[in-house]
Amino acid sequence: MRIIPFLVAAACTVGSVVLFNTQLPVGGSKTPRLGYFLSPQHGFWQNAEPLNASFNNDIKLEGLEGKVDVFMDDRLVPHIYADNDKDAYYVQGYLHAKFRLWQMEFQTHVAGGRLSEIVGPERIKTDQFFRRLGMVYGAEKTQADVEKNNPEMKAAIDAYAKGVNAYIKSLKPEQIPFEYKLLDYQPEEWTSKKTYLFQMFMSYDLTARGATTDLQMSNARNYFGYEDFDRLFTNLQDSLDPIIPKGTVYNQPSIVPKAPADMELAYLKKNTGSTTASAPVVPEKGNGSNNWAVAGSKTKSGRPILCNDPHLGLNLPSLWYEVQITTPTHSTYGASFPGSPAVIIGFNDSIAWGVTNAGRDVIDYYDMKFRDSTLQEYWYNGAWVKAGVRREVIKVKGGPDQVENIAMTNYGPVMYDHTYKNNSTEGKNLALRWTAHDGGSGLLAFYLLNRAHNYDDYLKAISNWNSTGQNFVFASKTGDIAIKQQASFVARWNRQGDFILPGTDSNYAWQGMIPAEENPMIRNPARGFVSSANQQSTDTTYPYYLGAAGNFPLYRGIIINRKLNEMNNITPEDMQRLQTDNYNVFAEMARPVLLKYINESALNGDERKYIDLLKNWNLKNDLSEKGSTVFNVIWDSVETAMWSDEFSGSTYAMGWPDEYVLLQSLIKDSLYKFADNIATANKKETVAETIMAGIKKATQYLAGVDRNGKLEWARFKDTRVLHLLKINGLSSLHLPIGGGRHIINATTENHGPSWRMIVHMTDDIEAYGVYPGGQHGNPGSRYYDAFIESWATGKYYRILFMNRQDAPTNKQVKWLMTFTKA
Amino acid sequence: MKFVASIILTGLLAYVFGLFTTLPWWSFLVSSFVVATAIHQKPGFAFLSGFLGVFILWISIAYLKDIVNGHILSVKVAEILPLGGSYIMLILVTGFIGGLVSGLAALTASFLRKA
Repeated sequence: MRIIPFLVAAACTVGSVVLFNTQLPVGGSKTPRLGYFLSPQHGFWQNAEPLNASFNNDIKLEGLEGKVDVFMDDRLVPHIYADNDKDAYYVQGYLHAKFRLWQMEFQTHVAGGRLSEIVGPERIKTDQFFRRLGMVYGAEKTQADVEKNNPEMKAAIDAYAKGVNAYIKSLKPEQIPFEYKLLDYQPEEWTSKKTYLFQMFMSYDLTARGATTDLQMSNARNYFGYEDFDRLFTNLQDSLDPIIPKGTVYNQPSIVPKAPADMELAYLKKNTGSTTASAPVVPEKGNGSNNWAVAGSKTKSGRPILCNDPHLGLNLPSLWYEVQITTPTHSTYGASFPGSPAVIIGFNDSIAWGVTNAGRDVIDYYDMKFRDSTLQEYWYNGAWVKAGVRREVIKVKGGPDQVENIAMTNYGPVMYDHTYKNNSTEGKNLALRWTAHDGGSGLLAFYLLNRAHNYDDYLKAISNWNSTGQNFVFASKTGDIAIKQQASFVARWNRQGDFILPGTDSNYAWQGMIPAEENPMIRNPARGFVSSANQQSTDTTYPYYLGAAGNFPLYRGIIINRKLNEMNNITPEDMQRLQTDNYNVFAEMARPVLLKYINESALNGDERKYIDLLKNWNLKNDLSEKGSTVFNVIWDSVETAMWSDEFSGSTYAMGWPDEYVLLQSLIKDSLYKFADNIATANKKETVAETIMAGIKKATQYLAGVDRNGKLEWARFKDTRVLHLLKINGLSSLHLPIGGGRHIINATTENHGPSWRMIVHMTDDIEAYGVYPGGQHGNPGSRYYDAFIESWATGKYYRILFMNRQDAPTNKQVKWLMTFTKA
Repeated sequence: MKFVASIILTGLLAYVFGLFTTLPWWSFLVSSFVVATAIHQKPGFAFLSGFLGVFILWISIAYLKDIVNGHILSVKVAEILPLGGSYIMLILVTGFIGGLVSGLAALTASFLRKA
């Protein structure tokens, strides 16, 4: 034996194994364990699904009561036929896991503040934020309420969890989804709690912008003083076309919220001290959506048509998963959330429904005064009150646990305190009051909508919806259309909660929740349609304060209502064209204002070129339009010229005023105060000068864009559907799609229509749908991103909605999975 | 003859070990070591046959998986790693890593016995 070479070789062998068995740091991230990841029998090669993969299967599951047949169609949409409801949700859970396991676990890890557990210390900040926001707390409360009050809902969620776990248990080590191998961790058991965490995830995305903007608004108020603040962030929207038509008469409110007597000095105009606190993930401002229903009086067939396209972050795997669920109690088709049972947006054989975000303010900060830094007692109505404490333990991969001890007040968790360092909330203890912490009936509203037959069922179903305010649109085969804004909404006095509220005095607390029957709603209006696009739901005669107007995008609602008013003899094809319409009504209003202030004789060659492009633009954000790019760049530059001088004086985040503020100010006020560049001490700039300054900046920028060949709108906007891990290789980039902000086709860079659905309420329902993703979450499957091209080019799939007896012979059905009792 | 037999045996046993996916990916290290002990060769040949046994096995499986998959996944992974999106490079790197570990194990075994 040659001892030294032997030892050297042995060391090299061990060394190579260790090297290829370790996640190596590269740049800011880590590689997979390369040996494992590349091993063809263990690693990612196993996830390379054959193009001609078969999904036929006979599966035996413990705990199934009857028999379930699942017919998979050519788009890999499962059509579930079950003997009973519980079995249907059991199998839905199994299928969600089979096609989307990694995603559903990852999203609930985000919601539950558990990213550091799988990624490492670099995600502690995100986890702390979500824990302190009370995400787990809220999920636990809803779970407790549902388990106590809604046995049917509980049974569905539990059956669903069983299905997910049945799939997880069936997995061999080499079959776990791709991303587990990439990040090097293992799937864990699914629990019902995760369904509630997922609901919190959606609540955060749709209602918790206020956790950031309330701080920014407070900063802006402190910096500018209330008078100027109220001009810059005005709640008046001149061109508002609300969800409930103007002039609708509202009943006397049952609650009349009373502003405290000292409100002006102690709240509205008080400088509370600014903060730089900000969320690691701020929900998109554009989180919105369109929905509408047209009555039979306006359609060619004489039957209603319902349309919905929820605008959310565009991700792979998609948030949505199409499914048909048929049991003896109901037959429903639509988009479901991997992580939750039932269908969220869809239709059954009697009715159709859809949702858009209500945007109402349901989240506030209260400034608490604690006796000392132990946070055990706080001052409330002139006495010391004992605070609770909630302990949240964040596990960290490759590091010690991070423990959060969160003081709990009568408002809710103390989000910011001296332990949650943000160098900013100095000395402040900010408690969060958020309706998502109030428990409630969870997904019961959707569970009942799946089974609704008519308008009354619809109303009853959605009355259970208490979190995440939504505009529920409705249409039935019998000819009803309706829309209702539903959730538990706070009965607010004017501007209550737009800024940090005093926490020592119960007069500033919420004074009640608006009863469901007083929520804005309308049924079968004379104009023959209902619609919503996240605008303010009512005009100012509605007796409750809706929240700061900046929460409500204005322009999509205007164009949708204008078009629907003009349309008659409507067909589903017309509705497809409307959902994908690229007309820019904001530019229609803003372009003449800009042009009015331009002195054309003073333009140089380049400037003239771009102004000509702007003038000759057809106002459509179509993919090849250059005018659209020019308009957007010029508008942004004018905004910058208008605001940057005022806002750059403060180091605190404030957020700029919304576009409607600038537009309506320019329309009304040619001597607009904020046009002056305050950086130039001895000169007072006019509106025209400021706009010209913006155009000069824009021209320089546009020339660069032009040189790179990116002046065409789609190239400039560069829409992409990003993998949840933001890895380009797993994403779909540079998509050829128009649209944008304020456009019905609300597709921006990484945000937009996440599911387009059109349902024609004919005897045999005629429905169309498409989403930017695919049914299979596996990046190694041909079904991973199969719909993206159709989605980008505005094409739809005719939805297959079948009876059980037709399924075996339907030509679009490709595979059959049968589930029987083990 | 010994050389070719070692390659075949190394690959075959590595494949069999690989079927037990609850075992770690590097389990073939044991079989490669045993093969190289049983069929003694000079260190250079031992390394090469150990290397080639698993190299050929791994690129073959990867290639077969990749062909039926139409390169969908390999191209994505080859962008992440990053190998410029080349599935051929990815298959070669795959084979190289398996081959290297196997070859080193075989080399170690060859030093175990006096030449």
